[in-house]
Amino acid sequence: MAQKTYAGITVDVNEEGYFTNPAQWTKEIAVEIAKEEGLVLTGQHFAIMDFLRNKFIGGEALSIRSINHSGVLDVKTFYQLFPGAPLKKATKIAGIPKPVSCI
Amino acid sequence: MNTEPNYAIKKVNLICAKGAIEDVYATLVMGNGAVMEGIETNIFFTFFGLDAIIKTRMDKLHTGVVGNPALRLPGGMRMASLLGIIPGMEAFTSWMMKSQMADLDIPPVSEFMDLITAGGGKIYACKLAMDMFKFKQEDLSEHVSGILTIGEFYAHAGGEGSQIIFT
Repeated sequence: MAQKTYAGITVDVNEEGYFTNPAQWTKEIAVEIAKEEGLVLTGQHFAIMDFLRNKFIGGEALSIRSINHSGVLDVKTFYQLFPGAPLKKATKIAGIPKPVSCI
Repeated sequence: MNTEPNYAIKKVNLICAKGAIEDVYATLVMGNGAVMEGIETNIFFTFFGLDAIIKTRMDKLHTGVVGNPALRLPGGMRMASLLGIIPGMEAFTSWMMKSQMADLDIPPVSEFMDLITAGGGKIYACKLAMDMFKFKQEDLSEHVSGILTIGEFYAHAGGEGSQIIFT
């Protein structure tokens, strides 16, 4: 298993850089990963990442559709916050595995 | 220096010419999937596929029950094509398809198009098919960015790493 060091903490990641142990994640780490992705995190980023982490920890599948039911923001804003591939980027920065959903 | 050419798909142009639930969903899943990957996406609806972007029809699509040899009854037994002519069979099968898709968190057609356009995907109608079926601009859902001739579609579809996919 690969390891990476963010904000002075060594974490376990897979070959694509996704966390294999979400418990190792902190907000300081998120800021560092976001920098690698060229993003500066705001309160909105953290709010939706909390939603994604809670869903993941609750064992629910993550989909782009679920963002609209987050009560935090809508899908359009999600695409603006994490340009390109938002669900992949957001889960990577949120320290949870890459979603396996097709929708 | 890495001199390997990059063959990544940068843009997809999907064509949907059929209006059964499964035909339209195949297109929408591929289109939304592309948008989610950050791939530029155009979807072109033509002929019977137009039903998917007609306001009053898009969320009422059906699945064909006659002449569909892959259709199976709950439990896995093949459904004889002639059973499809029983009144209500098409409605029942369509309802089954929709409830099975809802279980997988697959949204209704209009909501699916909300997701695609929210991510910057573009949806177009075919001019020839619009004329043929006598549809007007106001019949189209608000997701549609424009009505294109086939020449205009090809112009939209150009670019490095671009693919045209006929579903």
